[in-house]
Amino acid sequence: MMEQSVDIKVTTRPGKDAGRVVSVKKTSTVSSNKRIRRSFRQIRTENVFRRMLVIVALCMIVLVLGIMVTLAVQSTLSFKSAGFSYLWGKTWDPVRDVFGAYPFILGTLLTSFLALIISIPFSFAVAVFLGEYYPTGWLPNLLKNTVELIAAVPSVIYGFWGLAVLVPIVRSFETSIGVEPVGIGIFTSSLILAIMIIPYAASLGRSMIHMVPSNLKEAAYSLGATRWEVIRSVIFPYTKSGLFAGVLLSLGRALGETMAVTMVIGNTSLIPKSIFSPGNTMASVIANEFTEADHPVYLSALIELGLVLFLVTVVINMVGKRMVSSFTNE
Amino acid sequence: MANHVKYRIGKSRVFQGLTILLAFACVVPLIFILIYILQAGLTKINWQFLTNLPKPVGEKGGGIANALIGSIMIILCASVIAIPFGILCGIYLSENKKSRLAYWSRLCVDILQGVPSIVIGIVAYFWLVKPLGGFSAISGSVALAIMMLPIIIRSTEETLKLLPDSLREAAYALGMPFHRVVLKVIVPCGISGIMSGVMLAVARIAGETAPLLFTAFGNPYMSFNMMKPMQSMPLLIFNYATSPYNDWHDLAWGASCILLIWVLALNIFTKVITRKWKVQL
Amino acid sequence: MESTIVKSINYNAYFGDNHVVKDVNMDIPRNHVIAVMGPSGCGKTTFLRGINRMHELIPGATAKGQIMLNNEDVMEMHPIFVRLKIGMVFQRPNPFPNLSIYDNVIAGYKLNGIKLPKAEKDRIVEHSLTRVALWKEVKDSLTKKGSFLSGGQQQRLCIARAVAMEPEVLLFDEPTSALDPISTSTVEELFHELKKNYTLIIVTHNMQQAARVSDRTAFFYMGELVEYDITKNMFTNPKDTRTQNYITGRFS
Repeated sequence: MMEQSVDIKVTTRPGKDAGRVVSVKKTSTVSSNKRIRRSFRQIRTENVFRRMLVIVALCMIVLVLGIMVTLAVQSTLSFKSAGFSYLWGKTWDPVRDVFGAYPFILGTLLTSFLALIISIPFSFAVAVFLGEYYPTGWLPNLLKNTVELIAAVPSVIYGFWGLAVLVPIVRSFETSIGVEPVGIGIFTSSLILAIMIIPYAASLGRSMIHMVPSNLKEAAYSLGATRWEVIRSVIFPYTKSGLFAGVLLSLGRALGETMAVTMVIGNTSLIPKSIFSPGNTMASVIANEFTEADHPVYLSALIELGLVLFLVTVVINMVGKRMVSSFTNE
Repeated sequence: MANHVKYRIGKSRVFQGLTILLAFACVVPLIFILIYILQAGLTKINWQFLTNLPKPVGEKGGGIANALIGSIMIILCASVIAIPFGILCGIYLSENKKSRLAYWSRLCVDILQGVPSIVIGIVAYFWLVKPLGGFSAISGSVALAIMMLPIIIRSTEETLKLLPDSLREAAYALGMPFHRVVLKVIVPCGISGIMSGVMLAVARIAGETAPLLFTAFGNPYMSFNMMKPMQSMPLLIFNYATSPYNDWHDLAWGASCILLIWVLALNIFTKVITRKWKVQL
Repeated sequence: MESTIVKSINYNAYFGDNHVVKDVNMDIPRNHVIAVMGPSGCGKTTFLRGINRMHELIPGATAKGQIMLNNEDVMEMHPIFVRLKIGMVFQRPNPFPNLSIYDNVIAGYKLNGIKLPKAEKDRIVEHSLTRVALWKEVKDSLTKKGSFLSGGQQQRLCIARAVAMEPEVLLFDEPTSALDPISTSTVEELFHELKKNYTLIIVTHNMQQAARVSDRTAFFYMGELVEYDITKNMFTNPKDTRTQNYITGRFS
């Protein structure tokens, strides 16, 4: 029956010494049987292992959902008592149970964007320097690694250094321009944050600039463009979404940064009057007041702050990452 | 015409100079910080500093032994949780590139990577501190482990993705079951990338303070009990740096110095060995 | 005396909706060298990978029909058993970069967790390397990494790795296309030696190679098995016009 389905029947028989073959096969049957018995056990392990991997991958989803649910559930109390007006309530007074997050949201936005404005020229300079001017060599390599180390320094050390070194400098600067010389405050935190977030936009920008096709640049050079003109009218337009994504990732980092800011911002729940006045960010309020929150609504209000922070940073990071991946896939 | 060209060339030079200037200016604060902390910290470090407990204000000869031990214990415990979990998840993502679960899982890893550390602290507080009835080192370890996960998962996934398919095929063709292909062939071949991810993750969490504020909490005494509050280096620096006493500031400088050296050494070490390993492969 | 070892019955393979191997029926006799040739994209490699169930490792790949190995359907067996009995050598030499030459040869045992006494391992290594004519060249450097060898040596090491498992059938997926002419001829000579103990199925897009090394040749075109015959007959007297066109170089 099987023979019928075969397309071509072979008629000639090649002269092969079949007897010898059989003897070889015999010597290997012992180890072969052992192998097969062994394999039965392995199949079970294989399936267990596959299932384990699936469970671990599921756990990641559960973990992140768990974080969201925990934050949402724990902040319902505060949400019920204040609703959305929580976001623009101007007073934060735990003693009277009035919780408005506006001063902290403003403080967070001020410090982060100020830090961004200060850091962008520096991080773009690093990106252009390493991506276009000097992509190889020991000095650029050293610069690249050193800039990456900026991100490695623990934020509590930045905070301590800021407290000891930067605050006196800012204070004398404030005296010279005639504002109240506090030293600590939004401006100081922005300076520290600016240093801390340089590497994020810089390293992403560098790799984006690296990816600019050289034929585009050569086309511009062949028309007599100078190096700067190539950077401005070829490289920047080509990489703009990538550079912007780097800025977004920096921003995400700045928004969530806690320790360094907490140590130099001054910790006051009043609405900051200028960039030199002390204030608070969402993260620093949580760090300062979480263990002191002695009644449920207070604690819940702090967690709602955490929830807002979580949602904002997640959105910013996701948008940034999407832009990077769409840029790299093009 | 010639003047115009000259002007353009000049402009180009100016911008090049400006770029170089700004690029190298970035490094200046880092160098200042390094020098300042080494100056302020190195003089405080001696044998007693490493082996003594902190002393009350006014007494000389305090040390940071409890914070050192605490940091090491908390980090070790976090690694024990995060490393196997992270590597397994990375393996899943690289082996099932296109499955729907991988898509969502990857998305969650991305989300987790961007979550501010203080938020992780809050969550760990509700997951562990509250149910267990008090601050504990283990809750700090869990919080840090959550922060390590995205780094380990990402580096594992990226490394394993780069391995050629021929390697997998060679292993399957020998009749190897899936788990052996992964554990005996794929993972050993990508071990350099995985290890560098692990070390980066350790370096990252070694200096993390925010998630520990409401979990490990800190403890002025020596403690080896993972279920009780425990001191750690970054916590000690934060608490003592924000105190009004000069003695305690000195202690914090010494601790900062040690923490900084520790973290930078881990980072530099990782960079050096990944470069070395990459050449070999 | 002659027995069929592998028999494909109405074998079909797909990548998603793409039907790449269509109704292949083929009898492969024991201890022969079978060449499978055809233009690129004709499904010959897919068919080969179907024989030891490597095809289904590619996401979206499916197969229908039967492949009988000693009258047992490999489609019903667990792939691990199939692959232990049917070894495979790939287009590009792929020794395990993290293992020494010695460990590469016994990789099938070592990585499958099968413990063997040292003497047995030594025997297998020497035996397998001798079979692929590599023993003399590498016996003094067994502890070196496999990636230090030349391309031809690496490919023979990969053959030794497959041979060490004592399979019944060896599949070769264009085994010489990444090698230089001298290494190619060494590997081709090996085929004559190996067929004493194994059945060899070799996919090649090189007609001269098929003519040189094989006892029988199968010609695939557009996923179909067009013609399957004794090599000499195939090249001197092809029955199908498509085969004729192919071997006279009218399309490729």
